[in-house]
Parts: sequence; structure tokens; C-alpha cells
Amino acid sequence: MNVPLLQTTGVSKTYRMPDHLARLVLDRIDFELRDGEIVAILGKSGSGKSTFLRILAGLVPPSEGVVEYRRLGVSEPVRGISMVFQTYALFPWLTVLGNVELGLEAQGSSAAERRRRAVNAIDLIGLDGFESAYPKELSGGMRQRVGFARALVVDPDILLLDEPFSQLDVLTAETLRGDLLDLWDSRRIPTKGIVIVSHNIEEAVEIADRILIFNNDPGRIRAQIPITLPRPRSSDGAGFRQIVDQVYTLLTTEPGRDGRRGAKPEPLGIGHRLPDASVQQLSGLVDTLTEGPYHGRADLPQLADEENLVMDELFPLIETLQLLGFAHVSGGDIELTPPGRAYAQADMLARKQIFADALLTHVPLAAHIRRILDERPGHRAPAARFLRELEDYLSEEEAQRVLDTVIDWGRHAEIFAYDYDTEVLSLENF
Amino acid sequence: MEQRWGLPLIAWPSRLRPNYWDIVALPMVLGAIALLAWGGMAMSAHYQVGQALLISLDPWRLPEYALRTVLRMVCALVASLLFSLAYAALAAKNRQAEKILIPVLDILQSVPILGFLSITVTGFIALFPGRLLGVECAAIFAIFTSQAWNMTFSVYQSLRTVPTELIEAARMYHLSPWRRFWRLEVPHAIPSLVWNMMMSVSGGWFFVVASEAITVAGQTIMLPGVGSYIATAISQRDLGAIGYAVLVMFVVILLYDQLLFRPLLAWSRKFLTDPAGEEDNVRPWFLIVLQRARLFHLIQAGVLELNRFIDDALSALARRRRAPRVERRPRPELERMFDIALLGLAASAAAWIASFICATVELSEIGWVFLLGLATAARVFVLIGIASLIWVPIGVGIGLRPRLADRAQPIVQFLAAFPANLFFPAAVVLVLRFRLNPEIWLSPLMILGTQWYILFNVIVGTTALPMELRRVAQNLGVKRTLWWRRVILPAIFPAYVTGAVTAAGGSWNASIVSEAVQWGDTTLIATGIGAYIARTTAEGDSARIALGISVLCLYVLFFNRLLWHRLYDLAAERLRLD
Repeated sequence: MNVPLLQTTGVSKTYRMPDHLARLVLDRIDFELRDGEIVAILGKSGSGKSTFLRILAGLVPPSEGVVEYRRLGVSEPVRGISMVFQTYALFPWLTVLGNVELGLEAQGSSAAERRRRAVNAIDLIGLDGFESAYPKELSGGMRQRVGFARALVVDPDILLLDEPFSQLDVLTAETLRGDLLDLWDSRRIPTKGIVIVSHNIEEAVEIADRILIFNNDPGRIRAQIPITLPRPRSSDGAGFRQIVDQVYTLLTTEPGRDGRRGAKPEPLGIGHRLPDASVQQLSGLVDTLTEGPYHGRADLPQLADEENLVMDELFPLIETLQLLGFAHVSGGDIELTPPGRAYAQADMLARKQIFADALLTHVPLAAHIRRILDERPGHRAPAARFLRELEDYLSEEEAQRVLDTVIDWGRHAEIFAYDYDTEVLSLENF
Repeated sequence: MEQRWGLPLIAWPSRLRPNYWDIVALPMVLGAIALLAWGGMAMSAHYQVGQALLISLDPWRLPEYALRTVLRMVCALVASLLFSLAYAALAAKNRQAEKILIPVLDILQSVPILGFLSITVTGFIALFPGRLLGVECAAIFAIFTSQAWNMTFSVYQSLRTVPTELIEAARMYHLSPWRRFWRLEVPHAIPSLVWNMMMSVSGGWFFVVASEAITVAGQTIMLPGVGSYIATAISQRDLGAIGYAVLVMFVVILLYDQLLFRPLLAWSRKFLTDPAGEEDNVRPWFLIVLQRARLFHLIQAGVLELNRFIDDALSALARRRRAPRVERRPRPELERMFDIALLGLAASAAAWIASFICATVELSEIGWVFLLGLATAARVFVLIGIASLIWVPIGVGIGLRPRLADRAQPIVQFLAAFPANLFFPAAVVLVLRFRLNPEIWLSPLMILGTQWYILFNVIVGTTALPMELRRVAQNLGVKRTLWWRRVILPAIFPAYVTGAVTAAGGSWNASIVSEAVQWGDTTLIATGIGAYIARTTAEGDSARIALGISVLCLYVLFFNRLLWHRLYDLAAERLRLD
């Protein structure tokens, strides 16, 4: 059995934007899923991990490269590969049974056969008694169980999971994850391989045999971490913590300067993808870091755990603190810098001043906007002007998000003002 | 056991066995089928243009006439439904088609509905020589035009907004395009389609009544129906007969409301992707009958089975020729060329209409028609203003009292459905009796039927105002003028705009029948474009009909772009409550 279940060779994806340059989302990805393996894909938002999963599923065609399922090319969804979606993707007008049967409908099996298999899948995933319920009657956890039942009813070889637990609360997610692992470990499902896209590092370490870490801009495989710990894995074990630390380190440092302190970062351009962090959260995090038990230095996994922050929430904040020069990260630890400590000690007005200085020094886009406004005679400029500039570097959606972020920061720092109705940036009231 | 019905049914056969509810359901269904068959036969009766169709004012003939009217409505509704699904599917799935279909739809929407009648009736008569069916078709087509466009827009919008993950799920589980359409896209479209359909039908009663008595080139053709009954009563100055007609129409609308409108709306809620709260969970009695009676499960199972059969046949066909999917690269030059060709086509069409009109109509008359349009526009705006001044405070008052709002809602919907033209004779009698100026006093007729949309939407907008905001306003001591200005008016603005747009559109349409009204041989005329179209239609002057309708269209489009769209955007951008 040396033939990989699923294999990609040199898969790239570029999105062509109207009137703009092509944007590379995934860059030459070579990947294989072997028999009996669970692979988790981790990466920050924008790393193209979801797109990659959809290419594996045959939902999105790659721009270059090939996807093969048991040596057969995948250019559209194929029998044998099932997918579970982040927001469940259940048909609200079908009952649980109807939703699960839908997976079988196109296979052309008889109605009696469909009913039998659907009921089996529903029993397997622990939904018995809810066959005639509509999705809207169910809680999130139960809905995702329907999602799993629908995926499993076709006896798939490969299960693709797109952040399947991210919409669920911690306890529900843990239960469902445990149930899935039980089915997998006890071989009660015929599935031979699972690929899961995740935003939760501990989840990935808990279930995967191998973790793939994706880079941002464009998405590339940064590192692969095999995990050989026996299951069930306790998140308190030393081996477990070590791997979690390793993943954090990989995700919080730029490639090429892993953990080297004081390394000169390459200068950022105005098109830098600013992380999605609000000032409120930033100052909250700085306060938390200053107080005990951290006193200015924290282990990231521990911080995430105790402050109950998932990767998607924590990483943008950390990135912003690094960007502003308030903190630096190495070896999975975060430490406040002198400016960061000064910010922490300051009162509200002084904080604004420190934040403004940091913004103008370290965030080229903010400095750029301020300079343009200073130069213009009326000290006013339409936001659309900057949006167009950003669109040279970023997708339309991302450009808008980045502009919104910098406007939020700039307003807080009072380095410029913004009028929502006219969509004009100005230096009014300063 | 399963074979008892002669159909291969497997799913829960016990659900398909008859029960007591069927005792209610079966006679109703069989009765409806029999009535439809009888009416359909009557429709294709022999007829020559010029032959007088006598309408009897005997009240006992009214149920029969009402049935014929309802039948026209049903035909138009079925046609609209099929049209909207096909047209919207084409527009949503084919980019080239979309570029033509959507602007065309936008323009069709602004053509006055009775204008379609004027244009198409001769063609339809020619289509079925010697039969009444041609005239029937023209009337049905007019009703169709009052329903189809907004239904189509709603389906198109829904098809464009099917959640991506649901589409992906459908693809992952290999649903064929046909099955995806019926299992995913149509169900997703149902809530908004049903809502728009019911709004259309409510508006349609007005046009069904107006389109039954058609005057073509000096000939008045009267289709048996409530509308013709009214027209006859008007020409014979019989107020009593008009009273009977109002009574019968009242019963018809009541039945429509109870048997169709409410059950359908409640049923359509099942298809909401994101049901907003469960507060509105009253199930209409007729829906309960339908859902409990086994007969309907049988029909449902049959339809599903039929759909499956079609799908299997189609996918067997499709399997033979399936090309591998490749990433399609956009071809900007080709699209540019396509756009230019489209523009050229549109320009030549416009030039053709212009030359057709200019060949017979003098330039000064064209100018005059534009002025007439202005007069009607002034009427529409003044009336919307007056109706707003009356109904906004009342609507807010009702909306602030949830219990009252619950009870008022169905009544207002009922009023909106009731064809206001049944009351026109009464208004004319009053104008004549008190020797009022028709230029002013005919105007209110335009908004008689459409004002309810303002009231209805204001009530909805007010009930949507979160209790918290009301409490905050109370807490801050915001009262009277300040409360109206800062709290309630901004809060209801989006809903109000929707209501006002609908009311204004309806009033433009109504102008054709309300600016020129008759009582016996007296005709009252208010100066305006509606009266102009009514007169030229009666004379059968096609160039002038085209002129009148084009100008009316231009006005409606102009005001839509200039005013309503902007207000919509403002409402959507600034004053949303979320």
C-alpha cells in the first residue's frame, strides 16, 4: 500500500482580480495523505489553508499542479471524499434524516437502502431520536453531528474537515472531537485518512498524526511536525506541551529569522497586511501581560489557555504588539519591550500619545496617510484614494479590512479623523 | 401495502394512508379541480370581435363571475411562477444573459400594467381567432405583468445569495444541476418568493378587475367577471349592483386570505436559512388541515418521485457528454464587444420607437404629454405626502402596542388586497353630487388602494424597534418632537421608504384607471398622463399609446433612480437597526 490516498504535486492557486495583478494564494504545494493518517493544517488567516482543502475536495480547481486521489486526477468532487463544513452547511428545509440521505441520493441507491444506511449513520454519530428534527431545532453541536453523519453515510475513504469545531463552545467541541476519534481509533468507520483544517493548536496536536504549518502570503508549507504520541493524548503531558510550544514558535516568528533576537526586520510597505486587532483588545492584552503571573513575559500556549483565546484571536494581537514595537516574541514566549512597559504604566491620555508615536514610526500606512493629509492644503482626502493604493497589494476585501483597521487605530491615536458619511479622512479638530 | 395507491411509495407508507383530516381536504381539492375544469371550458368559448357579451346584473350570477375572475388570477399566478423560475435561473447562471435580462426586467417593472393590456390585446385576439381565449389571454397577461417582475427579482436575488457552503455541500454530494435547482436553489428562494407572490396577488386583484372590461379601438369587450359586472353597473348607474360586487369581492379576498395567503406564508417560513426568532409561530387553520391530511403527503411523495424520475433521465443524458472542468480565463475583449453590441441594440430599439411615434405625433404633442406626466407626478407626490402624514402617526401608534399590531396586521393586508377600483363609482357619485372639481377630487382614487402599504410598513418598522431603545429614550426623558425626530422617525425610515416606493409605484399604475372615470354616460377626467393613455387606448391609436406609455415609463424610471434608490441606500447605510 505505497500509493498515497491523496497527493498534490506543485499545486498553486492565483486569484485574478478585475483590473489588478494576479494574486498568488497558494504556492507550489506538495502534499500527500497516507493510509491511516490524520493530518492537521494550521496557519494564520489568509494562509490559504481553506482554499487548499477545497482544492483537495475538487471544489476549487488549482491554477497549476495536480491533485490525485489514489492516482486518479481530481478535477471535481469525487466519490470517496467527503467534507464537513465550518458552518455545518445543512439544508434547513430538510430533516436530519433528509439531510443525511441527501448524501446518498445522487448515488442512485434504492429508497429502502438509503433509509437503512442513513439511520445507521445517525445512530453511529449519536443522533438517534432526532431523525425527524429540523436543523433549526438543534444546538450547534448536534448540527455538526448531522454534518458528520452526512459525510460518513457515503462510507468515504477520505474525510476533509474545514474547521469543524470552530463554531462550537469548548465543551461541545471536545465531546464531538472525542467521539470522532473513538470512531476512528476503533475502526468503526471505513475512513482511511482525514485532513483537518484547524485554528486551534491544541486540537491539532490532540488528534493529528502530522501537522502541516502554512505560511502567509502566499500560502506555502512552512514545516511539518510528525506526532507520535499515543492516543488519547493528555494536554498536560510534557511531550504534548513541547509540541504545542514548537507550533507556537513556528507560527509567531517569520521564516528565516526564527527566534533570533534583535534581528533586523525587513522594512514594511504601506501594503502590509495589518492584523485585525482592536485597540481595546490590545490595551487589554498589555495590561494582562503586565500583571501577575506574567510580569511582562508569558508563555504563549499558557497565555492562550488562561485567557481563553484561540489562535485567530490571539495571533493578530501578538502580531500588532510586535509591529508597534511593544513586545517581541521568541521561542513561543512573548515579552514586553521598554515602550510596551511604558505604555502599560501610562494613563489613558499618555497611552494615546505613545500609541500615536508607535503608529507613525512603525506602521508605514498610518504615516503615509498622515503625511498626505499634512501636505494637502485642506488637510482632507477621501478614503477611496488610499483604498485604491492598497488594492495594488491586497485583494479588494483585504484592502478594505486593512484600511478599516488603520482608520480605527488612527482615530484612537488621534493622528487623523474620519467621517463615516462622506468617507473622508481629515485633520479636523486637531 | 405500499402498492395500494398504485405508486411506488416507500417512505413511511403509514403517513400516506388516509385519515380524518382527509375528509376535510379531499372534497376541497376535488371541488377546486372541478371548478377549474368548468371555468377553463368557459374560457375557450366561441367569440367574434364586435359580438356583444352580455353581463347580467343579477346578483345570483355574481358567484359565477367571481369564479371566472379568480380563475384568471390563478392562471396568471401559475404563469408568473414558471416565468420567474425560468427567467431568474437563466439570469443568475449565465453572465451574458444576465446583462440583458436584468435591465430588461427593470424596465418592464416600470411599464404601467394596464399599458401592457393596451399594447397586447389586439395581438392576443389575432392569436385565437373566433374564440374568447385571445381576450382572456390578454387579461391574464395583464395580471401576469402585475405579478411576474417582482417575483422574478426575488428569485434572482435568492439564487445569487445561496450560501457558498450549501453550494459546496451540494457539489460534494454530487447533486446534479437539476436536483441542485430543486433541492437547494428553489427552496432557498421560497420564503422571499412566497412573500413577493402574495404581495403581487394582493395587488393583482386591482388589475384583474380593471382588465376584464377592455375597450379596444372603440369596441368594449367584457369578459365575464366581477370587473365586467362593475363596468356594466357603472354604465347602467346601478349603485345596488356595485354593493353586491363589493360584497362578493370581500368574500373572495377573505377566502384567498384564509386558504392561500396565510397558509403559504406560514409554510414558507420552514425554508428560512436563518429564522429570526420563533415569535410568529401561529399556524393558520388551513395549513394544519393540509399538513395533517394524508392526501397531501401522497401528492408530495408523487411530486418528489416525478422529480427524481426527471433527474435520472437528465443525468443519464448528461453523463454521455461531460467535459473535464478547467479554470476558465476571463476574456475581456470578448466581453467588451458583447457590451458594445448590446448597447447598439438598445440604441436602435430606442430609435425605432422614437421614429414610430414621431411619424404620427407632432413634437408639440410630445411636449404636452411630458407636461401631463408632470401633472400626474405632482399628484402622486402630494398624495404620498398626505397619506404619510395620516398613516405614519397611526402606524406608529399601532406598532407601539404589540397586541394591537398583531390584530391590525392581517386587516391591513386584507385592505391592501381589496381592489380599490370597486369604490371608484361611489367616489364619482360624490364628486357629481357635490359638483367638486375632478382635477382635485379624482386624485385620491390613485392612492386609495396603495396607501395601505405605507401603513403596513410603518407598523412593521415600529414593531421592529427594540424595546431597549424605547426604554433608553424613556429613561433619558426624550419626549414629543424630540422623540419623533430622534427616535421613531429614523427607526422606521427604512420600512417607510419600502412602503412609500410600493405605494408610489402602485399609484402611477392606478393613474390610468383613476384619472378618467365614468358613471353612466358621464365621464370625469383629471388632466394627467393616465387619462391620456386611457383615451388613446379607447381610440386604438397605437403610436399615441406607445408615446403615453414610454413617457410614463421614463417618469417612473427617473423617479426610481433619482429619489427612491437614493433613499433606499441612505436607509440601508445609515439607519439600519443592527
